[in-house]
Amino acid sequence: MDVCDGTAVLGSRSDADVRRGRLSHHLRAGPDDRRDQFLRQQIVSFPPTALTLHWYNNAWEKPEFLRGLITSLQVALLAACIGVPIGTAAALAIVRSDFPGRNAISALLLAPLAVPGVVAGSGLYMFYVLAENVLDRDIKATTQGLVAAHVLLTIPWTVRLVVASLQGLDRAAEEAAANLGANPFTVFRRITLPMMRPGIVAAAMFSFIQSFENLDLSLLLVGPGRITLPVAMLNYLEFRIDPTLAAVATVQILIVGILMVVTDRFVKLSRVV
Amino acid sequence: MASLSVEKLTKRFGASLAVDDLDLSVREGELVALLGPSGCGKTTTLRMVAGFLPPTSGRVLFDKEDVTNLPAHKRSTGMVFQSYALFPHMTAAQNVGFGLEMRRLGAAERNAKIEEVLKLVRLSHLAGRLPRELSGGQQQRVALARALVINPKLFLLDEPLSNLDAKLRAEVRIEIRALQQRLGLTTLLVTHDREEALTMADRLVVMEGGRVRQIGSPRELYDEPQDAFVADFVGRCNILAGRREDGGRFRTESGLVLPVDTASNERNNATAFALRPERISISPGTSGDIHGPVEAVTYLGPQTEYHVRVGKEIFVVVRQTPGANEPLASVRPQDLVSLQWEPKAPRLVPQTSSTGRSS
Repeated sequence: MDVCDGTAVLGSRSDADVRRGRLSHHLRAGPDDRRDQFLRQQIVSFPPTALTLHWYNNAWEKPEFLRGLITSLQVALLAACIGVPIGTAAALAIVRSDFPGRNAISALLLAPLAVPGVVAGSGLYMFYVLAENVLDRDIKATTQGLVAAHVLLTIPWTVRLVVASLQGLDRAAEEAAANLGANPFTVFRRITLPMMRPGIVAAAMFSFIQSFENLDLSLLLVGPGRITLPVAMLNYLEFRIDPTLAAVATVQILIVGILMVVTDRFVKLSRVV
Repeated sequence: MASLSVEKLTKRFGASLAVDDLDLSVREGELVALLGPSGCGKTTTLRMVAGFLPPTSGRVLFDKEDVTNLPAHKRSTGMVFQSYALFPHMTAAQNVGFGLEMRRLGAAERNAKIEEVLKLVRLSHLAGRLPRELSGGQQQRVALARALVINPKLFLLDEPLSNLDAKLRAEVRIEIRALQQRLGLTTLLVTHDREEALTMADRLVVMEGGRVRQIGSPRELYDEPQDAFVADFVGRCNILAGRREDGGRFRTESGLVLPVDTASNERNNATAFALRPERISISPGTSGDIHGPVEAVTYLGPQTEYHVRVGKEIFVVVRQTPGANEPLASVRPQDLVSLQWEPKAPRLVPQTSSTGRSS
């Protein structure tokens, strides 16, 4: 996360640096020298001055982070499970069939990539408020509402990746299967789908990551008790900057990193993306 | 095995006519090659026979059965694709077994047949490999085995050798032909490679612009082409435009007079003189009626190719490379040479024709 060069740098420092450093301490913590000493460890700094697992412990003890992590994992998993089949079906329709307005639909499906998340988020917020009035039920602070919004994040990625994998697919293999006696459904199940697998797996992974790391779209749509990890981090940041946040971010990066490594074992990502 | 008949087959893509009123038959156990430049409609024809494309009009029959409206997966043809089209996620054995699986054969019988056919194409030791772990030639043999194992009514080959290197191509050509003859496979081969067509086919169909130009044995088409297009497509040919004159002569547009015996091989409205390069003999000096300077000498190993300018025309002559002591061996560019041929060797043919149909 933020690298804030506070007082942690030792040895030769110019006077200007000293003054700036002191100034920031004055603003945050007052002029007390003992506090200054204390702050050294409390501010995120690089290179690190000491090694400790204290902040992981600290993060673990704050329930909002663990709850946020669980919420984020849930939402990302659900969004990917819903968005990937929809996106895959859309990609098949775009590549394989020829109907009027095909290009328009293809552009529409990719459009969410171009809209800033905050804009889409506030649009959805207003839409949810209206829908709540009409349907007379809660939407905007519910998990369902959040998942629905995140599905929007996953569709453009899925469409892009699956369209790419479909376009590179050898149609002759499907013809060969038909030639050997497979009916169209069997051709799809036994030949087309397995050949699309790398694209679909990559799409699922990217969808998951998109949702898991999303902050801006979720900001207005989370409700009490259903706060996603990035939003929980932002909330924490509003009051404090300390390495707890860096510890949380490290966990977040590790989850995404492990996911990518695991996926890469099944599909060479460099061949799909 | 079945025989194949194609009757008045036509395929229209929008405004363009890909295949135009095509009639064709392949007898049981016969290998017929469709030969033509790209865009001549040969692949479209094959795809209509396989059932991948619906014809605009006309019929396709296997034996006496009309299969025109039968979908591809019910036609029981075995096709080898140009790209081989192996299933990338299946091993060689699984690829070969796919068609048997579709025919609901039990595992034991299936494995026995897979083993047998892999042995036939000499790939038994690679049964467990994925296509990407096989070389081009090995992939080609898997594709061949996969098409053969289902015991198809018709064997279809779509440019099966074009992705192999030259040396391998010559070997596989002979291998496929031997296999086809041994198993008595009724085969339709599509190719743009005349050497492939000449060496493999019982009969050749030369196509251009969606129409058949000529059908015949390789020898017939090579020696007795019906028009300048066929003459040129089936092999290298000296083709000179002009008109026939009385007394066994042909006058080219540039005014050159060439000897030709018009009695046996003359065709109506003949406007071109066609002569194979190897039918011309060449000797140093200006003793003959037709002579001129050598423009280029190209050594090809067993053969040597001479380009000789006579008047405004260039003749290509291919001769067996002369021994070092023969007078011809010392011929260099700009030397004068004489050309000679049997009067019956040249063909007088129409320049192009739309009536070049026969069977």
